[in-house]
This record gives sequence, structure tokens and C-alpha cells, in this order.
Amino acid sequence: MIWLGIETSNAPLSIAVVKDGQVLIEIVQNLKLTHSVTVMPTIQELLEKVNLKPSDIDGIAVSEGPGSYTGLRIGVTVAKTIAWSLKKPVVGVSSLKVLAANAQLFNGIICSLFDARRQNVYAASYTENLSETVIEEQHISIDELLEKLKEMSKPVMFVGLDVAIFKEKIVECLGELAYFAPTSLQLPRASKLIELVQNEPLPSVEEIHSFVPKYHRIAQAEAEWIKEQKRGNQ
Amino acid sequence: MGEFTMKDTIILAIETSCDETAAAIIRNGTEIISNVVASQIESQKRFGGVVPEIASRHHVEQITIVIEEALEKANMQPSDLTAVAVTEGPGLVGALLIGINAAKAFAFVHNLPIIGVHHIAGHIYANALVQPMQFPLLALVVSGGHTELVLMKEHGSFEVIGETRDDAAGEAYDKVARVLNMPYPGGPHIDRLAHEADEAVEFPRAWLEDSYDFSFSGLKSAVINYKHNMDQRGEEINPAHVARGFQESVVEVLTTKTLRAAKEYNVKQVIAAGGVSANKGLRTSLEQVFEQEGIAFTVPPLKLCTDNAAMIGAAASYMYEAGVRGELSMNGVPGKELKSW
Repeated sequence: MIWLGIETSNAPLSIAVVKDGQVLIEIVQNLKLTHSVTVMPTIQELLEKVNLKPSDIDGIAVSEGPGSYTGLRIGVTVAKTIAWSLKKPVVGVSSLKVLAANAQLFNGIICSLFDARRQNVYAASYTENLSETVIEEQHISIDELLEKLKEMSKPVMFVGLDVAIFKEKIVECLGELAYFAPTSLQLPRASKLIELVQNEPLPSVEEIHSFVPKYHRIAQAEAEWIKEQKRGNQ
Repeated sequence: MGEFTMKDTIILAIETSCDETAAAIIRNGTEIISNVVASQIESQKRFGGVVPEIASRHHVEQITIVIEEALEKANMQPSDLTAVAVTEGPGLVGALLIGINAAKAFAFVHNLPIIGVHHIAGHIYANALVQPMQFPLLALVVSGGHTELVLMKEHGSFEVIGETRDDAAGEAYDKVARVLNMPYPGGPHIDRLAHEADEAVEFPRAWLEDSYDFSFSGLKSAVINYKHNMDQRGEEINPAHVARGFQESVVEVLTTKTLRAAKEYNVKQVIAAGGVSANKGLRTSLEQVFEQEGIAFTVPPLKLCTDNAAMIGAAASYMYEAGVRGELSMNGVPGKELKSW
């Protein structure tokens, strides 16, 4: 079984090709280049290097969110279009879970997060080996997240490039319980995406059309419109 | 166009520059084999206009469905295709990116060349689906995002001789419609009301002296001020009279400038393109003056005036013949300039 992994949920880019549980090739970059420009040439280049054709791909794993709306849409659009063109399944994986997987051997709680601006984050937390989700992925204020983690009274490993933004706050709240992943574990890896799904049952190809990113937030205009409707109904 | 002696050129075209997710299959630049458009109007009208984030979300939901439908309706396989074409710009960047990335992924899997098409070139080439283009040709492109006079000396040659300095004509229609409390999109409502009106409120015309440029923001402000003054005096406005006065101003300026340019450049054919060319008032006025002048005038059928992928496929067919090819690194270009190929 040959998998293509695509991770474009935030600024970093990662593409991987995995064959029968072995990583054949993987690229992880943090160059803040436009995913729209880099994704397809990178996929082409990696497949060429491992001497595979697009039609050799049996399944596609893609980071489905949360993250940058545009980044998610580029990854999901490329993944679903390749999947639909090949009539092969596409599987979405939480971008927070993929990131947390970098620190899955940590004996404690693993918390992955992305900055969502105005002191908010997209975050989730898991136990060792991601065996249990202790905080479901959500859009949450950093203060509320840290309070939840504090209540658990366990060591917490923070993973993600955006952790740096909140480091002071984290230390202030959790003190010696706070651990920070080393630099080499801060970027999401497409091979991890594949690792997380390769032993799971595959979705059918009929589900490709309805596959969309998990934004975790409705669009601003829609939120305002709903608010207005509610006001109108009162 | 060039000869297709060897084999037909069959293009799969994709268009997602604004709020329509569209795919079409075009044979030899002239024949529509299939033409699928998934409109977001029902969703977007809640907001009184197109919200870019909502547009992008809908495109991701629709994109593979629309491409599949275009292939199925044409009864074709990817192996029947010559190339994949997609709107590269101008447009909403987030919206463009969905079509572009789907087109690139599809082209990559099926080992097909990819062609990035300018949205306005597409609108102009919608006419090639109706009848052969005769050069030199003058195109009046009028839509929600554009108001341009484009001179073409031959296929693939574009010279913008006039454009709007502020609002596009369609944008002015939408804004005036909002002032008159009409639903989005406002153009068709104003057009209908204008036809029902027995008199017109007099609004100014922006001639901009000898220039072929346009300006509609002054007219829009004049309508807003008129309503404001009437409100202050406690008088009701007659929406039909306002609609007719507004439309007369827009149509007179567009028609007069197009006619003057057609004569100056001695063109063989004048075409109208873009969403606002669906406007009955404008169509009728242009048809009348060019019939009097003895200059051929064409305007595509309504469904080819609004955004669609068939027009992108038509332009791409001529680009393909001219040897134009894009790269897998193609990006959305929201402010893309209309350049000759």
C-alpha cells in the first residue's frame, strides 16, 4: 500500500510517501512559501525521486484542520482532487494530533496548539502515545486552556511553533509541570499523518466529494448573520 | 482558429474566481460539450454580496462534484482530454486557489498540460462559442468586478483602451439596488424596474472628456444623495423612476463610448461580455446603435454572460493552439493584468 501524505495546515509544508509502513521520502520545510506554489511541484518531485507514478498511489492522508483556512483548503483540495481522480480514498487527520504525535513518547500530557490571534488558540491534549484525548481539539482562549491543564496536575509537553508566543504565560501558570518540545519536533510531519491512519479502516471513495476542512469556526460573516437572525426572532 | 487536422482539441476548463464553481468541456474552442455551474447566490444573498471566506468554503465543497458532472455530461474520460484550463485571475484569491489547485492536481494525475486563463479573456472568448470572431474587434466587458473596453487586432492580442477609474458597472448596480432595498444581486431587479418605469429621475453622466475610461462612483453617490434628500423632506422615492434614471445614465455612457471607440479603431465587430451584458437595457441600446452603424455586434446568450467555465475553455483552446502552457507552480493572481499571449 502506497500512501501520499500532505500537510499544509499552517505555514510549514510537509509531503511524504510511505510504502507498506516504510517512509520512502519526506520533506518538511518552514519557509513560509505559498502552499499553492509549492505543493504540486513538491509532490511531483518526491514521486519522481522514488520512481513512482501518480497512479501508484493507493491512499492519501491530509491534515484536515484546524489551522490557516487557506492552507487547509489548498491541502484538502489537492488531496481530494488526486483521490477522486485516482478513485482512491482520502483520509483526514487532525492537524493538532499530527503535531502532538511528534512528542507521543512523552510520559504525561501532550498539548499541541496553533495561535488563533487575540489570546486564542486552536489546541488539543492527549496522553502518552495519543492513547486518550484529554482535551478535545477546539478554539479556546489560552488562559482557559492553561487552567484546564493545571487542574490535571500532570507534566505537560507543549508542541508547535506558536508555543513560543505563549511561553511566558505557560510557565507562569504551570511552573515546573511545563515542558517544551525541542526544535526538531516543532514542525508537523506528513509521515506522521500516514502513521496515524494506515491501520484504520479506509473511507469509501464515495465520501471524497463531501470531504472538507475542519475549520472549527464558522466564517465571521456567517456568525454575524446568525446573530442578526436570532435578534430578529426575539 | 488554427486547423484541427490531426485531432480535436478537448479542454476541461475550471472557473472559481468569484461565487460560481464551474467546469466545462469545450471542443476545438467553439463547441460546448458540457457546461456545469454551481451557483452560491442562495448562500451569498444572506450577506447582500459575496463574502470571500464563504465563497472559498463553498468551492471546496463543490469542486470535484462539478468536474465529475462536466465529464459525465460530456460522456468523456480524462483520457479524452487534451489539456486542463483554469482561471488564474483576476478574482478573489482564496476562491481562485481552489480551482487552480484542483486543476493542477487533476492535470498532474492524468499527465495533461495546464493552461492558466485570464478571467476577462474568458468573458471575451465566450463570443467564440457563438460565432467566429472578426478582427479588429472591440469588446465591452461589464461585470460586477470589471468595466473595460478591450481592442483585439487578432486572436490573443489585447489592448485595454479604457477602464473604470472607480466602481465597476455591476458594482454600482449592486450598491444602488441596496439603496433601493432590493435583494442581491441587484442588476436584474434594476433592469426590470427600469423597464416598468414611465419616467426617470435625471442623474449625471460621467464622460471624463475624451477618455475611454469610465467612472460610476459619482453616479452611485448621486443616487444615494437623491434618496437622502427625499428622506429629509419626508418624501417617498419612486424606486422605478430611480432605477430607470440610473440605468439610462449607465447605458448611455457605455453605449456612447463603445460606439466612439468602434469608429475610431474601425473595428469589424463589437462584442459585449460579462455579467452586466445580460442587462436588457444595455443589450437593446448596443444592438440599436451598431445596427444603425452597420457594425457587427454580438453578445453571448445569458448563461455565457455570467461567470462560467465554458468561456475559460474557449479562450484556453486558442491559447493551447498558440503553444501557451502553465506550470504546476501556478498561483492565483487576484489582480492579474490582461496581457496578449
